[in-house]
Amino acid sequence: MEVNKPVGGKLFTRTFLALFTIALIGMFFVAKRYMYGLGAVTNLNDGFPWGIWIAYDVVVGTALACGGYSMALMVYVFNKWEYHPLVRSALLTSMFGYTLAGVSVLIDVGRYWQAYNIVVPWYSNLHSVMFEVALCVGLYILVLWVEFAPAVLEKFKADALHARLNRYIFAFIALGVLLPTMHQSSLGTMMLMAGYKLSPLWRTGFLPLLFLISAITMGFAVVIVESCLASLLFKRPLETPLLAKLAGVIPWLLMVYLVVRVEDVNLRGLLPLAFSGGLQSDLFLLENALFFLALLILIYPSNQRNPRLLFAAACTLLAAGGLYRFNTYIVGFDPGTGWQYFPSAPELLITFGIIAIELMGYAWFVKRLPVLPVLEPIQAKM
Amino acid sequence: MKIKRRAFLKAATGGGVLLAAQGPAQALARGEKKALPPNAKGILYDATLCVGCQSCMVACKKANYLPVESTDLLQLWDNPRDLSGKTINVIKKFENGSAARKDQAVDGYSFVKRHCMHCIDPSCVTACPVSALIKNPDTGVVTYNKDACIGCRYCQIACPFNIPKFQWDSPTPEIVKCQLCNHLLAKGEISACCGACPTGASLFGPVEMLLAEAKRRLTLTPGTYQDFPVSSIGAGFPAQYQSHQVAKYIPHVYGENEVGGTQVLLMAGVGFGLLGLPDLPAESFVKLADGIQYAIYKGMVYPLVVLGALIYMIRRGEDNLEKKE
Repeated sequence: MEVNKPVGGKLFTRTFLALFTIALIGMFFVAKRYMYGLGAVTNLNDGFPWGIWIAYDVVVGTALACGGYSMALMVYVFNKWEYHPLVRSALLTSMFGYTLAGVSVLIDVGRYWQAYNIVVPWYSNLHSVMFEVALCVGLYILVLWVEFAPAVLEKFKADALHARLNRYIFAFIALGVLLPTMHQSSLGTMMLMAGYKLSPLWRTGFLPLLFLISAITMGFAVVIVESCLASLLFKRPLETPLLAKLAGVIPWLLMVYLVVRVEDVNLRGLLPLAFSGGLQSDLFLLENALFFLALLILIYPSNQRNPRLLFAAACTLLAAGGLYRFNTYIVGFDPGTGWQYFPSAPELLITFGIIAIELMGYAWFVKRLPVLPVLEPIQAKM
Repeated sequence: MKIKRRAFLKAATGGGVLLAAQGPAQALARGEKKALPPNAKGILYDATLCVGCQSCMVACKKANYLPVESTDLLQLWDNPRDLSGKTINVIKKFENGSAARKDQAVDGYSFVKRHCMHCIDPSCVTACPVSALIKNPDTGVVTYNKDACIGCRYCQIACPFNIPKFQWDSPTPEIVKCQLCNHLLAKGEISACCGACPTGASLFGPVEMLLAEAKRRLTLTPGTYQDFPVSSIGAGFPAQYQSHQVAKYIPHVYGENEVGGTQVLLMAGVGFGLLGLPDLPAESFVKLADGIQYAIYKGMVYPLVVLGALIYMIRRGEDNLEKKE
């Protein structure tokens, strides 16, 4: 019994051409960066050595690509096989998200031609959080390609290879759960090293736990958003009943997250700082208000079954998790010597180019490969 | 089976949360202050002796083959505003009001010298994923290896003193920072800045002796004339001395305890905060992050146990599914 089918349809639509143009502009500036250095295209500086490429493309980008991780947790660890049809499309976004995060890193690091030093034994620094994240993310990209391989093998009817892969795929699925657990939490640990340069509103020993929980909820939210959008764009029936069930998990995770987040700030006596006004305090409040709003919508089972509210809540959650990461990596970071950072236009255009490539790739894959689940038409209001 | 499985999961997730919650506590409990390397070398900078001649900056650029950095319109002089990809040692000036008296916070002025502090427990060394920054186990000098560096700039995020700088305008950029003239130390010489300093404001020597010298200065009576060593101490030959009038010191040796101690020590007549030196705790920021990593990843035991459990659960799940079908 097979549950996934290509959507079909024209590839070179007007949207595709628009995305292609955006990607080309991005690539132009990427070329400029490689010819003249990072300073030629970015506003990065010695005070803010990390900007939007790290904060968005890598840290938010991989969290948005946690759909595959969250679904693998549900299906394989919590044994909820009814969600299995959603796994493959989730894996696809994860594969693209992580691969392009990896590509972004190679645009961002200064001495990219030596990037392999990470795995050179006499250079590897086992104490470095960056080492662990780089290794885990690199491995996970490979794991995602292997996990997604069955879709390609099905398409080309490579049954012998498919059967052989199926015999070992459990190991890759296991790694596909372990590796994101490790590096999504470590992406939080990473900023602990900033010491006093990171505002105490974000600098806490709970950073790894908070990053992990929010990444898992963002993974579920992405699956919901992606499924709704795919239904809308490819004129498919909505997967609402399955999504509603999935959405039932999120409020519990959000409750744990918010209790830890708020109590941690409260117990360290930082509530006055949180309400002190100014950019940091405003964005701290906004970040947590967004998490709370998502919780407020999703806590009512009737809302979980309403496609509009479900979609709105999932988007809110993605904004919340995204802002939490931006705050931890840029807004809450202040090197304290009058340095300032706001991304330059070319910097943003490179990021947009990467997003465009991701969307084009996604469209191509779902139209030509068996990715999206086969659905019975369901009457739905939207 | 179902019930057992659920119980196992509960225990597993509960354990994970507990571990994560314990993280901070364990991290703080791990290890005491790190010890100074056996032959730790460093610099004592005394702002009250500094006359702002910038000889040290010239000598530093020469010794380390660094380019001129002009910030004036005519591009005539090497006059960097701060540390950068071209400048690893800089003299800066604090001024207040009429700036009439040296080493005075109100209506006074003071110089300050900024470069790598060569921390005893350096954040950059822990942060660097490829060991491009390492601390010499003997002299404690923190050095940079461009052949290892991948240019991720995590050292810049991690350094509490904002010391490592990046060559933003180069397609083959390097991290640039003071390495205490490690290449000169290898030849038995001293850091170029200390060799060039005419007043003894920058003094090279074994860190323990420098600290003792700093403590001695704090006991001197302000206004009296005393002898101060010039260039270096503890080199095996008699140090040169100069007589200076003792200034009124802030009773604190900056770097003695900051972030677990540094091999570069500073003394001044005005508050260190006014000179741009951050007010830092005695505990290194490395500890919390490294401690959490250490607690979770020690010997890779937890990750391997989790991986084993995952494989078990996935295989069982697949078996159950096949049976159903």
